Amino acid sequence: MSEMPILQTRALTKRFGGLVAVSDVSLDLYVGEIHVVIGPNGAGKTTLTNLLSGDLPPTSGEVMFAGRDIAGCSSDHISRLGIGRSYQKTNIFLPFTVFENCRLAAQSRTPHATRVFHRAGGYPEINRRAEEAMAAAGLDKRAERIAATLSHGEQRQLEIAMCLATQPRVLLLDEPLAGMGPHESQRMVELIKGLTADHAIMLIEHDMDAVFALAHRLTVMVNGEVLESGTPEAVRSSPAVQLAYLGGEEILHD
Amino acid sequence: MPNARLTAWLPYFVVGLLALFPMVESTFYTQLLTKVLIMAIFAMSLDLLVGYTGLVSFGHAAYFGLAGYALALMAPKYETVSLWWSLPAAVGVCALFALITGTLVLRTRGIYFIMVTLAFAQMLFFIFHDTKIGGGSDGIYIYAKPAMKVGGAVLVDLEKLQNFYWLVLALTTLVYLLLHRVLGSTFGRALLGIKVNEHRMRALGFPVFRYQLASFTLSGALAGVAGYLAATQYGFVNPEILSWHQSGAVLMMVILGGMGSLYGAVIGAFAFVLLQEVLSNQAWFGIAAKHWQLAMGIFIMLVALYLPQGLAGLLQQFGRKPVAEIADE
Amino acid sequence: MDFAFILIQLLNGLQYGLLLFLVASGLTLVFGIMGIINLAHGSFYMVGAYLAWSLSSMTGSLAAAILLAIPLTVILGMALERLLFRHLYQRDHLYQVLLTYGLILVFEELRSIIWGDDVHGVVVPALLNASIPLTDNLSYPVYRLAISGVCLLLAAGLYFLIQKTRLGMMIRAGASNRDMVQSLGIDIKLIYTLVFALGIALAAFAGMINAPLSSVFPNMGSQVLIICFVVVVIGGIGSVKGAMAASLMIGLAETFGQVLMPDFAGMIVYVLMAIVLVWRPEGLFGRA
Repeated sequence: MSEMPILQTRALTKRFGGLVAVSDVSLDLYVGEIHVVIGPNGAGKTTLTNLLSGDLPPTSGEVMFAGRDIAGCSSDHISRLGIGRSYQKTNIFLPFTVFENCRLAAQSRTPHATRVFHRAGGYPEINRRAEEAMAAAGLDKRAERIAATLSHGEQRQLEIAMCLATQPRVLLLDEPLAGMGPHESQRMVELIKGLTADHAIMLIEHDMDAVFALAHRLTVMVNGEVLESGTPEAVRSSPAVQLAYLGGEEILHD
Repeated sequence: MPNARLTAWLPYFVVGLLALFPMVESTFYTQLLTKVLIMAIFAMSLDLLVGYTGLVSFGHAAYFGLAGYALALMAPKYETVSLWWSLPAAVGVCALFALITGTLVLRTRGIYFIMVTLAFAQMLFFIFHDTKIGGGSDGIYIYAKPAMKVGGAVLVDLEKLQNFYWLVLALTTLVYLLLHRVLGSTFGRALLGIKVNEHRMRALGFPVFRYQLASFTLSGALAGVAGYLAATQYGFVNPEILSWHQSGAVLMMVILGGMGSLYGAVIGAFAFVLLQEVLSNQAWFGIAAKHWQLAMGIFIMLVALYLPQGLAGLLQQFGRKPVAEIADE
Repeated sequence: MDFAFILIQLLNGLQYGLLLFLVASGLTLVFGIMGIINLAHGSFYMVGAYLAWSLSSMTGSLAAAILLAIPLTVILGMALERLLFRHLYQRDHLYQVLLTYGLILVFEELRSIIWGDDVHGVVVPALLNASIPLTDNLSYPVYRLAISGVCLLLAAGLYFLIQKTRLGMMIRAGASNRDMVQSLGIDIKLIYTLVFALGIALAAFAGMINAPLSSVFPNMGSQVLIICFVVVVIGGIGSVKGAMAASLMIGLAETFGQVLMPDFAGMIVYVLMAIVLVWRPEGLFGRA
């Protein structure tokens, strides 16, 4: 685990007219660490992810990546800096094959945009990156299938694979386990665990087994604000958190 | 794989047939086929934008017409102008105009984009219609076809119908090959990705605007090639070549043929021009031929309702799909 | 240039702008609420004008012609919505563009077959065929003022309908969430049909009342359509407020432009549009 956080937010806020979706959120992500964010629906978790990935500009606050403020930068700029993101609602290229999805994602790193007479499939380094990403996500046997014909779980795997193919330093994963069966979930948990050493990972999840299997750090969000943040044990035993969930979701007992 | 073998040889076969055409056919049909091939270039240029980048432009005639006017304004009154520099110059003007309007119109999407592209084409229409630049609504005559000279000697005499036809065929083939190569490159795949899921492309780190602008500019430039040739064939330019009827016609060709496949655009151009010829043929339809646009309008509506995949889509029933074709290259 | 002259141009510009508003509001409503781009919208303006001419020639009265023509165009609109447009709600805008482009061709040819290609004048109703004196030698036509007045009334009526009535609320709800409205038991299909009919009735009515001023001629539909597109782009799709602001702006700009720089007057609207595109691509009142 490194000393300096690679991604930090300070007092990050997002307002939509009168509605405050994210309020005064400060968060740190370290390489080698999985930081899980949990909270009820509408707590602002996906909005927070959107602010970090550049899909939405913040109303106020800072986002520091390796010492530079990237708040308000466009999503393509942020991606090129090395921050990758997967989506809660599967956001893949449905008419393309699995391989093409990953190849295109890998191409983003070495776009070769001006080499207009060279075949797209003729770049070994891009193909290799795509193949590695597919293998990591367990999709290497599905390379030639059209993405639209994949099962839901396989599409979620592809969602991650595309993110990996861009070789990011920071991973923002929005509910990667959503809609997966137990076997697939286990597989995904192992995948994410394997990525920890070289990446800083922010994970949004509802699956509590996965959350406690993975979290080095845990943040609870309610109504756009951080309710509690710290080690999983500290958060679990926090009275504020227990109060918030008392009689409610019963999510925090093992 | 007999299918793959056939489709690999087919283009050469077709081009070969087309090259032989003027030797066996009459003046009228050669002229018609020349027109069809020019429209094929026009349609392919729009297909790049609509079928591959996902940008529906309803003002593509702007570039088609602009090139024609550029030629008319460059050509001295009764002398020939050299093809070698007038064609690149006309295409260059179109590319420049596309670059400038592109930076403006690409700030919009979807329905706005359709409307602003139409509006900019109309702006050009009014410039040429209302001011003296282009001879107003009367237009300008081009009395002599451009010359292909080397030294002082004429390489190819374009006043001869057959020669002009072969030039057009050569350029059409060249444009087809160029686009085929470009669309198979990393640039082309990125365009397709933008068409399918622009949001994800941005999230993956692609500077989407730049790709779209490049596509828009190339598309405008190629439309300029078609416009130059059309003005040369016709010998006359007037504001109608910039009209939205022209923009609508080429959009129709692209959809009729089937978006997202180059040969679809070519088929669409063939089908549309031939249909136009048939419907307005007074020998066959008498009085009704005067109102051929009625039948054309109904036909267009039927295609919009019932043939969204175009003629190429129909052919797909017997062959491979274009997207898979791209993916397994 | 004196005060009276400027006043006349001002009044002309406002009147033209208000008329544009009638046509453009229909276009922006249909798009904002139903998500349909209707290129043939201008054709209904033309249909209104031609009906006004032919019926007023037959009956001798423009008012009677208008009273007859309005229900005709409403029925035509509802029929087209049911037969054609309904199939395209969920489809890509591209196919809507194509379908309505084909429709324009059909309308133009039918117009040519039924009414011919000549230009025809329409007589201003005797009641309104007067002028109000402004100065010693300049006066202003009452008819133009009447048009402005009617347009303002309709604009107010439209505002009232959309903002203050139950139907308006359902229309606005249908715009943001079609399925929800349907599951609340409201017949969304009926609402769409009504909105569509309203939109084109406004366009046709604009054609009818403006016929004495503009005459009827081929291509009048295309002309007004393109300007309306610019209005909608500048004002923002789906915004009636935006359509009003943009219509007035364009009406005044074009009118003064014709006077001050006639050669370039046709371009003014496009320059305005380009400026808006650079500054605020979603339009003045559009949703980003």
